[in-house]
Amino acid sequence: MTGSSQLPTAEQILQPSPSAILRGRIFGHSGFMIGGVVLAIIVLIAIFAPFLSKFDPYTQDLVNRMVPPGFMGGESEHLLGTDQLGRDYLARLLYGARVSLFIGIFAALISGIIGTAMGIAAGYFGGRVDTVVTFLINVRLAMPVVLVALAVVAILGGSLTVVATVLGLLLWDRYAVVMRASTLQVARREYIAAAQAIGTSTPRILLSEILPNVMNNLIVVATLEMAHAILLEAALSFLGLGVQPPTPSWGLMIAEGKDMMLFELWLVMIPGVVLFVLVLAINLMGDGLRDITSPAGRD
Amino acid sequence: MLGFILKRLGLALLVALTVSFISFSLLYLSGDPATAIAGESANAQDVQAIRELYGFDRPMLVQYFEWLWNALRFDFGQSYYFKLPVADLVADRLGVTMRLGVTAICFALIVAIPLGVIAAMRPNSLIDKLALFLSVAGQAMPSFWFALVLISVFSIKLGWVPASGSTTWRHFILPTIVLGYYAMPAIMRLTRAGMLEVLSSDYIRTARAKGSSEWRVMFRHALRNAIIPVVSLAAVQMGFMLGGSIVVESIFALHGAGFLAWESISRNDLPTVQALILVFSMFYIVFTLLADIVNAWLDPRMRTA
Repeated sequence: MTGSSQLPTAEQILQPSPSAILRGRIFGHSGFMIGGVVLAIIVLIAIFAPFLSKFDPYTQDLVNRMVPPGFMGGESEHLLGTDQLGRDYLARLLYGARVSLFIGIFAALISGIIGTAMGIAAGYFGGRVDTVVTFLINVRLAMPVVLVALAVVAILGGSLTVVATVLGLLLWDRYAVVMRASTLQVARREYIAAAQAIGTSTPRILLSEILPNVMNNLIVVATLEMAHAILLEAALSFLGLGVQPPTPSWGLMIAEGKDMMLFELWLVMIPGVVLFVLVLAINLMGDGLRDITSPAGRD
Repeated sequence: MLGFILKRLGLALLVALTVSFISFSLLYLSGDPATAIAGESANAQDVQAIRELYGFDRPMLVQYFEWLWNALRFDFGQSYYFKLPVADLVADRLGVTMRLGVTAICFALIVAIPLGVIAAMRPNSLIDKLALFLSVAGQAMPSFWFALVLISVFSIKLGWVPASGSTTWRHFILPTIVLGYYAMPAIMRLTRAGMLEVLSSDYIRTARAKGSSEWRVMFRHALRNAIIPVVSLAAVQMGFMLGGSIVVESIFALHGAGFLAWESISRNDLPTVQALILVFSMFYIVFTLLADIVNAWLDPRMRTA
């Protein structure tokens, strides 16, 4: 072992900067890129829905009911045809993106706040706090989500806010589990001990030392829970106990098209495919984020 | 080991107790249950009479303990809608749900474990990537929509299987696929990860060195160890599935407990809803308890929890 082997080699000096590595990993991850682009398109559609369709999603036109989509030989005015009440299907689809994204973001936010607070508290304080949080996670996991959500929404009435809030109050378990585990790891590091030693207040340690260091895992869970909430809203609305008509929820559109499925299969297929694409995009992005930010992938 | 079991049992009981309190409290979310039962046409006297009849005028905790005490003896009261004892209703429907749950988890295991093994045999190969993509796509597919697609292809177009009902085994084919596919991605990923870990261990190298065939190494030596976490995952998934059967059962009109849940929620039949939430939770609690005990028995390192 000679001294010269300790010196950095030319390759080590010339290696790309951390941000360049990160950029390379982001653009090199096809799943993340595809998911991200598709999600961005759907977000733009939701925002600019009124400009993308000249039709209103609620206006009924009983003369022109169940006009088939343009690509199936229908008239060209309604690109994706009309539904049982003669409402433009494309317009309902575009506005439906707002419903799904609202539910996803709102529910992921509420559950994120609850679950992150619980998880970080459990991981940092340990002891009794940890016991209580772990117990609450166990209780939550034992409750059948669909059943409880359906029952509560049925009792409180199926408005968009109620559905989003109920889902938010139910879906915090994964946040709590992941945040607890990540915090346990971070809390052992020296910089936490250093912060404690110089007398940093506990809230400050939690917010400015722990939280930024578990943020990558938090974002991954948030994307997955967003997808989860969107699927659950669709399922609840499909069962007739979620968002109520005439709101253009994709799940509700599938339920409304179901009775006509024998003759007009596209009424069910179109919203289903769109829902699938949105959830797949979010999941691909979430999985991609996990690959990109996980230390194992950092060569 | 006995200490572990007792500790775990105590925890399960506490969880069950808490869940029972939450499902009981649901009744009070609606405000006044007496008004709900009396219906819209009732006057104040009727509501008061119902309140006294059902005992809603007493403190909530007293009502809870009475409900719990009755529930422990499988008495969940009368269904508001069906006018039958809730316990009979649930017991009557549970068989269908259990059958669906068992067939679905078996189907998921039969498909997902070989897929996971094959994916682990050739990591990063085309098959591996395809399996991973299928698992991501599978999780993104709304189960109710998948059910409708299957119905439109196999019941309407091809006419192979009936679309609704629960009288013959053929009625269970599509529901089994829909419910089972939902559990597949997790099982496949766990099998793959477990196999990859086991395959790099020394005893596998020994088995290969002594000339065992590749299939023998895979299934006889590797899978036996890699499967341990899958067993407990399957138990947990089974608990989830029973809770998730509500969507599948209502689409296929399978007259199980999930369908009953949908019916009773739609009709504001709260005693039945409470009982079903409790029953589904109990299944989950029992399954995870069993999974933990089996795990601890198979792997002594797990006995610390």
